[in-house]
Amino acid sequence: MEWLTEFPDLGTSTLRNIRLTVDGAFRDFTRAYGESIELLFEPVKWFLINSENFMTDMPWPLILGIVAVLVWIASRSWKITLSSVVVLIVIGLFGMWEDTMKTIAMTFVATVLAIIFGIPIGIGMSRSNRVQSVVNPILDIMQTMPSFVYLIPVIMLFGIGKVPGLIAVIIYAIPPIIRLTNLGIRLVDKDVLEAADAFGSSSWQRLKNVQMPLALPTIMAGINQTIMMALAMVVVASMVGVQGLGQQVLRAINNQYFTLGVLNGLAIVGVAIIFDRASQAYGQRLQRHTEVVHG
Amino acid sequence: MAEQHTGIGISIKNLYKIFGSNPEAYIDAVKGGMTKTELNEKHNHVLGLKDINIDMPGGSIQVVMGLSGSGKSTLIRHINRLIDPTAGEVIVGDEDVVKMNETELREFRRHRTAMVFQKFALLPHRTVLENTVYGLEIQGVPREEQEKHARRWISRVGLDGFEDNYPNQLSGGMQQRVGLARALTNDAPILLMDEAFSALDPLIRMDMQSVLLDLQKEIRKTVVFITHDLDEALRLGDRIAILRDGEVVQQGTKQEIVLRPADEYISSFVREVNRGRVISVDMVMTPLSGEPQGMPIRSGTVLEVSAKKMTDSNASFAHVTDADGKPIGALDIQEVISAMVTPVDHETAA
Ligand SMILES: Nc1ncnc2c1ncn2[C@@H]1O[C@H](COP(=O)(O)OP(=O)(O)O)[C@@H](O)[C@H]1O
Ligand SMILES: [Mg+2]
Repeated sequence: MEWLTEFPDLGTSTLRNIRLTVDGAFRDFTRAYGESIELLFEPVKWFLINSENFMTDMPWPLILGIVAVLVWIASRSWKITLSSVVVLIVIGLFGMWEDTMKTIAMTFVATVLAIIFGIPIGIGMSRSNRVQSVVNPILDIMQTMPSFVYLIPVIMLFGIGKVPGLIAVIIYAIPPIIRLTNLGIRLVDKDVLEAADAFGSSSWQRLKNVQMPLALPTIMAGINQTIMMALAMVVVASMVGVQGLGQQVLRAINNQYFTLGVLNGLAIVGVAIIFDRASQAYGQRLQRHTEVVHG
Repeated sequence: MAEQHTGIGISIKNLYKIFGSNPEAYIDAVKGGMTKTELNEKHNHVLGLKDINIDMPGGSIQVVMGLSGSGKSTLIRHINRLIDPTAGEVIVGDEDVVKMNETELREFRRHRTAMVFQKFALLPHRTVLENTVYGLEIQGVPREEQEKHARRWISRVGLDGFEDNYPNQLSGGMQQRVGLARALTNDAPILLMDEAFSALDPLIRMDMQSVLLDLQKEIRKTVVFITHDLDEALRLGDRIAILRDGEVVQQGTKQEIVLRPADEYISSFVREVNRGRVISVDMVMTPLSGEPQGMPIRSGTVLEVSAKKMTDSNASFAHVTDADGKPIGALDIQEVISAMVTPVDHETAA
């Protein structure tokens, strides 16, 4: 009865061959195209490095001022603006200013790229059920596959560094913005769309004037989730060489520095709360006119 | 932009609409007499419209009336082809809307038609002014001109001072005024109104009907007005077509419909109508024999008014005159009154 307790697998040698073949093929691919792919990502690298330099070179009072202004523009709330500034000051007092700036720069770049790629993909999905049925399972894989697994080919292509970390963060954080762009557009009131058609809108005009503005609150919710997931990913990304708060958490884990871990962890939470409150308040302000008050 | 339109007529010919996955497969069977029920139960397709033929003269208000589900919305959406027909023609002016390609259709919708919707369908993220300019904006008209036209119509529908409000800050009646201003700003010769006032409270509804009638005296557009309400139909319609289960059961002037309902279905509609306010003396006058007797009454006067005039002056007889004062028929107070009170039974009325 051994065949019942032991699952009849393909056999050690077959499995080994499969592994060797796939790994070999990918290694060959890396050797052949690695450099050109790396070249393709040069602009991304440039964007990331400049954002980081901007954040770290800028005098800290200016950064505090910029953050306050941006949070105010987004939320129009003194409470949120003031708390954001206080959180950053506390972070600075505990000596985590530089790492926090690097993390914010990374999150910012990842979010901007996720928006640039995510929104058009979401629009494409909303226009065709076929595209939707292809993209949805891919998004499921991106969200459930352990991030370490897709880090492997990325590292094989780029080596250890900022860019592979950024790619991992984007892969992990982009699904919500794609999904919610798609959903937001699909939920747009059919009557309003019909009116836009009746007046002779072209399909670009109907996207620009009706679908995008009405989907915007939903898309903002997607952006908010994307930011949160990007922040959550910075610890994992630090394993492949991304600097910032995540790196310190990693150091704390390896050396069992409890206080260091907690402080840096709390700093990530603080940054997350600032991003979250500001973007949610902005989303709510967008929603104001869409609510039906009179029937 | 021209204010006056001599009016573009609309002529709907042999129009059929079948909803379902494969409408073409059943069009011949439906033309051959398959019923809506059979099509639905055996083949799982919905017969939306069946052999519709309506001629709508330019510059007048054509009402299409029917109960909910009778196909009114489906019919009006064929005129600007928001719905594609399964068979038939929709001739607007001298063009067949059904044969237009995408670009032609877009131009047609931009310049020939404007539409007002039951649920208003305003853009919630735009102010009253921004909603009103929408049609001109997508045509690429310069902003200054867009606003000039929009502000004029906003004012004409009574929304002065609300230009910068958002739709959700306005009551239903005011929102529909925006809908009307948006349609009129387009300055298209055809105005399509799908139950435009049905969602409004009765008083506001009467108000909007007056606004429309007042405007129509000036703009003379070809208006297609959908309603499920007979009073509204009689108040607004120059001509009325009645739909049931996707078929036209009767069409004609409102007087023809009230006086001679084609079947039991329509009699049941018109039974409650205040006939004295709908039927004009022209429908009950008899040919002149000899000299015109009694007081003159203008052609087009409704029975109620003429009965009041005649009884006030104790006259049993009167004569009807045309616009130039020429006598064209004789009136007997007996007949005026009996036409006002007789409930119509379609068998005897025919
Ligand atoms: N897209 C559609 N698919 C299937 N049936 C439809 C569709 N649109 C309308 N119908 C059917 O056509 C009939 C007429 O609908 P409609 O024109 O909306 O009626 P009305 O406006 O007079 O209330 C109804 O029976 C409705 O269920
Ligand atoms: Mg309807």
